[in-house]
Amino acid sequence: MNLLSIIKRFAYDLQGLTFYSFRLFGKILSRPMYLMETFEQMYFLGVGSLFLVVLTGVFAGQGMALQFSIELADFGSKNYLGRVMVIAITRELGPVLCGLMVAARVAAGITAEIGSMKSSEQIEALRAFGIDPIRKLAVPRFWALMVMLPVLTIVTDFVAIYGGYIIAVYIANISGAVYWTNVTAKLTLGNFIIGLSKPFIFAAIIAIISTYMGFSTVGGTRGVGRSTTESVVACSISILFINFLFTRLLVPQIQGLL
Amino acid sequence: MIRFENVSFSYGKEPVLRDVSFHVKPGETVVVLGISGSGKSTILKLIAGLVQPDSGRVLINGHEMTTASEDEWSRVRPKIGFVFQGGALFDSMTVGENIGFTLIEHTDKTMDEIEVTVRETLRFLNLSEDLIDILPDSLSGGMQRRVSIGRAVAAVDPMIMLYDEPTTGLDPISTEAITELILKLQSVKGVSSIVVTHQITDAFEVTNHFIVLHDGVMVFDGPGEKLVQVQDERVQSFLAPFMQSVKNIPAVCPEE
Repeated sequence: MNLLSIIKRFAYDLQGLTFYSFRLFGKILSRPMYLMETFEQMYFLGVGSLFLVVLTGVFAGQGMALQFSIELADFGSKNYLGRVMVIAITRELGPVLCGLMVAARVAAGITAEIGSMKSSEQIEALRAFGIDPIRKLAVPRFWALMVMLPVLTIVTDFVAIYGGYIIAVYIANISGAVYWTNVTAKLTLGNFIIGLSKPFIFAAIIAIISTYMGFSTVGGTRGVGRSTTESVVACSISILFINFLFTRLLVPQIQGLL
Repeated sequence: MIRFENVSFSYGKEPVLRDVSFHVKPGETVVVLGISGSGKSTILKLIAGLVQPDSGRVLINGHEMTTASEDEWSRVRPKIGFVFQGGALFDSMTVGENIGFTLIEHTDKTMDEIEVTVRETLRFLNLSEDLIDILPDSLSGGMQRRVSIGRAVAAVDPMIMLYDEPTTGLDPISTEAITELILKLQSVKGVSSIVVTHQITDAFEVTNHFIVLHDGVMVFDGPGEKLVQVQDERVQSFLAPFMQSVKNIPAVCPEE
């Protein structure tokens, strides 16, 4: 495959994704709403991912606290570990880590499920019975992610900061009271808004890309595997890229408003 | 009931149907024959509105559906039963949920009322009512096709049934059961049916009106007696492998 054909395919996919996004957004608030499916997806995507984000949050927080405590000790300011942790975690690490973990677990599942339905003609069957597949399959997953990803991000933030506390107290020999005082000092409304804006964008990214990749699956079982892999890769790269753009362009604006 | 007028359709640049015209009367069953890739299944998709023709008109009950809005389609589709090749049952739902699917989606019936209909449908299909809570994966291919037919007929009394290769890959007993079911629906409910198949021996069991497609072109439209006598090379080449079993066809053809 030469460079020109890669560029062509990327442009074609981007065009398809854009049109699909408009179609999806046109349906997210219109009837019929599949509430039962939405609640089921909230349980599957949200509660099902809880253990994963708790584990990754704790270990990521501990790793970061270990590194920072050593560096800060060199400047004689290891007592500020709580401040550094809360800024890094609430603004960047928590939303991005949670988004990536959920993308890896959930995007793969969504794409594989819809892709399998496509290759076994179940999507055509839905249409033949007068059901809009986007409304039935994509919209509930979109809303489930929009509700659950921010909740999971808050959980990730909390356990990562708590993981830092364990390191601060038991390894870096920082007083627990000092750590929490520094945490609360930087747990400001601004950091909270910046950190909690991102999961909504990441949720939309995961929902749009994973369902689009599922619906555009071709080539049977091998096609499902390919779509699933591409879906996780596309979601992960998009999350990191959009996170960078958000931090670069919107965070200063938000800080200016507060 | 169903009328195709000079319908052409292509997937991208690849022509699939070329200038196809035919008519299916109310209560009539038509079998569409042809080798794989001849455009048979596309005819069903055009009737169900899953794809739109490039040119020509598709009329259902005198209404042109080629230019129909999504609202018009949503009124017509519940009256069309589609049995997909391989069943296309929703594999995350039980047999009961599959059969009751359109009732759940399109009516205000309670779950108890739907269960009654589902059990009636299972009896109609000659399937055990014990299958109601079983997932489709646990069923044999023949049973899956029967459940697929049940899903298509359970909701409302359909006026059109579309069968895409309903007996392909099935053993003779399952094939006979499906054929009986198609005939039963035709006689009990009086639906118009289009059966797409390349298994000509089964086709003669269900009707005497045949359409033969070759490379997207309709090369025959008429009764079975004429089909076996037609001199068109394209029809003959399709029939040749089956001629041995077709010898006794006039004896099994339903009377016109």
